[in-house]
Amino acid sequence: MAFNAEQLARYSRQIILKELGIKGQQKLKQARVLVVGAGGLGSPAAFYLAAAGVGHIGIIDADEVDLSNLQRQILHGTDDVGRPKADSARASLLALNPETEVRALRAFVDAGNIMGFIRDYDFIIDGTDNFPAKFLINDACVLAGKAFSHAGILRFTGQLMTYVPGQGPCYRCVFREPPPPEAVPSCRQAGVIGALAGVVGSLQAMEAVKYIVGAGALLTGALLTYNGLQGDFRKIALSRRADCDVCGEHPSITAPVDYAQAVCDA
Amino acid sequence: MPAERMADFRPDAAADVTDVVCPVTFVKALAALDELEDGRILEIRLNDGEAARNVPLSLKDEGHQVLRLTDNGDGTCALLVRKVSACPVE
Repeated sequence: MAFNAEQLARYSRQIILKELGIKGQQKLKQARVLVVGAGGLGSPAAFYLAAAGVGHIGIIDADEVDLSNLQRQILHGTDDVGRPKADSARASLLALNPETEVRALRAFVDAGNIMGFIRDYDFIIDGTDNFPAKFLINDACVLAGKAFSHAGILRFTGQLMTYVPGQGPCYRCVFREPPPPEAVPSCRQAGVIGALAGVVGSLQAMEAVKYIVGAGALLTGALLTYNGLQGDFRKIALSRRADCDVCGEHPSITAPVDYAQAVCDA
Repeated sequence: MPAERMADFRPDAAADVTDVVCPVTFVKALAALDELEDGRILEIRLNDGEAARNVPLSLKDEGHQVLRLTDNGDGTCALLVRKVSACPVE
C-alpha cells in the first residue's frame, strides 16, 4: 500500500519516527478502532486517532450534545448542541481527516448488542462514564479476545489500563464488580476538569497507536493513575486473578451481562 | 569502497524530493525505499542545502547504506542509497 504525496506530508512527523516508519503508518491505515462514548475521553482519543491516520474509526454514543458537555467534550461545538453526539463526532473527525472512514452509531451498549459492535474492530476504547458499561465492555472484550483500553476520570483524577488477551489482568480482575449504584458519584454530581479528560483520553489514543504499530510497552498488568491537582502520575503493578469471574480458570461469566445503573448517570 | 567502483552503481529506481522540504524529503525517500526489495539501489534527487545535508544522514541513521552524493550543478544533488531492511524496533 503506497501513500500519496499529501499523505506523506500529513503523517511526516510520525513516519520519521523509527518506531513507526512507513510500515507503522500502513498498520494505522489498516486498523479499525471502536470508541465507545463520544464524551470527555472518547473525544480526544478519537480525535488523535483520526489525526494519526487510523483507517477506520467506529464511534458509539446514544446521547445528544448538551451545553454542559462542551467544557470537556472537544469533538462537539456550540452549534452542535441538541445534535446526536455520534453525528457531531463523525463530522469533527472527518473535518480533521477526510480520509478516515468513520462509522457513527447512535446507541447505548448493552448485553444484547455489545458483541456485535466490537466484532469488526482490532482495538476498543472505553470512553464511557459509568461502571455497568465499563464491566460490559471488559467482559465482551475478554470473551471476544479483543484488546481494549479502560479509563475513568472524576474531579481531578483519572486512571487507565490496557487489556490484551493472554497478557495480564482484565478490568474485572482488578475491580471485581460494579459498586452499588447509589455509592457512586457521577461526573454530573462530582465535577470534572476538562483538561483531565484530555490527558487521559489522549493516553488511551497513545495505547491504541502503540498496540497497532507494535511499539513500546502497553499498560498491561498496570494501572496508571493521574492526580491532576498534585501533578502526580503513578503506575501500579497488577496481576491476573486465577479466580476472575470472566478471564479466570473457571469463569462464571460466559456472556455479557447488564448491571443496573444509577438513575443520575443515565 | 574504491572510487572507481562507485561509478558502477546502477539505480533500480528513482525518486524526486525537490518539491518538498524537510522532513517530508526524508519521508518521501523512505516511501520510495519501502517499494524496493532489500539490496536495491534508489537514486534520489534532492535540493542543495538542508535536504542534501539531512536526508543522507537520516537514511544512514535508519540503517540504509548511503553510496554516493553528487552535485548536479543545478542546485540539486543526486543521492544513491542501497536499501537495508531495518531490524524490527522494540
